[in-house]
Amino acid sequence: MRDAPPPIDDRLLTIDPNGRITLLAGRDRETGAIVFPAPNDAERFEEVTLPRTGTLWSWTVQRFRPKSPPYAGPDAFEPYAVGYVALGNAVIVEGRLTGAALDGFAIDMPMRLVPEPFTLNDGSTRLSFAFAPIGAAA
Amino acid sequence: MSDVYIIGAGIHRFGRTPERTGLQQGAYAVRAALAGAGLSWSDIQFAYGGSDAAGKADTMVSELGLTGVQFINVANGCATGGSAMFGAYTTIKSGEFDLGIAVGFDKHPRGAFDPKPAEWGLPEWYGETGLMLTTQFFAMKIQRYMAAHGITAPTLARVAEKAFENGALTDHAWRREAVDAETILSSTMVSDPLTKFMFCSPAEGAVALIFASEKRARELGLPAVRLRAAAVRSRPPGSFEVFSPALTIERGPSPTVIASRAAFEMAGVAPGDIDVAQLQDTESGAEIMHMAENGFCADGEQEAWIAERRTHIGGQLPVNTDGGCLACGEPIGASGLRQVYENYRQLTGQAEARQVPGDPRLGYSHVYGAPGVSGVAIVERA
Repeated sequence: MRDAPPPIDDRLLTIDPNGRITLLAGRDRETGAIVFPAPNDAERFEEVTLPRTGTLWSWTVQRFRPKSPPYAGPDAFEPYAVGYVALGNAVIVEGRLTGAALDGFAIDMPMRLVPEPFTLNDGSTRLSFAFAPIGAAA
Repeated sequence: MSDVYIIGAGIHRFGRTPERTGLQQGAYAVRAALAGAGLSWSDIQFAYGGSDAAGKADTMVSELGLTGVQFINVANGCATGGSAMFGAYTTIKSGEFDLGIAVGFDKHPRGAFDPKPAEWGLPEWYGETGLMLTTQFFAMKIQRYMAAHGITAPTLARVAEKAFENGALTDHAWRREAVDAETILSSTMVSDPLTKFMFCSPAEGAVALIFASEKRARELGLPAVRLRAAAVRSRPPGSFEVFSPALTIERGPSPTVIASRAAFEMAGVAPGDIDVAQLQDTESGAEIMHMAENGFCADGEQEAWIAERRTHIGGQLPVNTDGGCLACGEPIGASGLRQVYENYRQLTGQAEARQVPGDPRLGYSHVYGAPGVSGVAIVERA
């Protein structure tokens, strides 16, 4: 992914020269709590990056096209899996799941962060994120 | 401080009523409650009312009569009805007034509830990429619960089957045809493991309850229930709620757990004392999890409870005797009051075809909604 599309939100993730992405979060300077997505409040939160691997906490499948707005995907719809992944001891993050059949996910499955190009209904592409089972081709 | 009684209750049929606005359905419920109690609108000293999306409750005075009544509008999202009731409860308890009303109504179009990320303090990408759906939240909460506590998909279907069975017996219900568990299980999958028939829908409807002090209730001599507890609680740290891009690693209890404990403590009764319960059933899994969150069974015991029909009318603890949200739909402002209406009917022996046998004495109701709020009420036959 050397020609990665721009991030869907600059505050969501960074992309390194190898196309590897990192999720951004905030750490409460007082309590140490990790907050994702990173709050826009530099006084209270310092920016931190999240671990790239974790375990699947729960999952489901989005079987029908969500309403627009807010959904901004193309009109043609393919069901997709969604889940929460516990990233180390940091935080449990919600995202799309990829790299397996829709019924190929199970709670506690080891997962890793992968880049997920997302096509908006105006035809442009932005970079988002997803989680894939460790060992699966991204 | 007075004990608080509910001495009358009126309802406008749930479902779809194109010929009446939400406000008109609210006024209809008020008139039905007054007529049932033989009271007139001019007897009412105060009112709390609200809807989530169908207008300002206090404007119904133009339809009910300009009596100068103290009318307070309540807007508290999914807890609007519960909050109106809480207002009426504390007003009577304080001794300020001795006869008042709580009314809740709503009218949501088909497929309502299209949230905007900014209104929830969330970034646009969360909605744009298709993560901002309540159905996903409900599915993932029950998915994890099923894996942890051995609940199976046929049990989800049996909860919906019971809802439609009870709805068929209930005049105010929207869905009035029985649907068998096999059909429910094999209907269109919406968000795994939940199928189309396991979800409730946005709807319309209205409920009004008349509250009185003990003295006034005694004078009127009407069929009544005593409100033993009313508690509304917001979410504690670590609860799993709708529209959460992330959760803390350390998980905690739900707002239901703390509202339930508070209500049982207030009433001085235990879950085993309850004879009939109305529990928030936005989808089948919610009813199952709420059985445990409200203290009626341990996590996982629902599998046996439901297989043995213990939550059916005639079972050990009948749950959602009017078909709940699954059969009635969910007009947000009216939904919590419908549960109390149903308990009033059950405890005063006026539940007709769906009457719980054995003269039930204690009724429990639990409403839950976004962004993590629960309201619990316990009523006792007077």
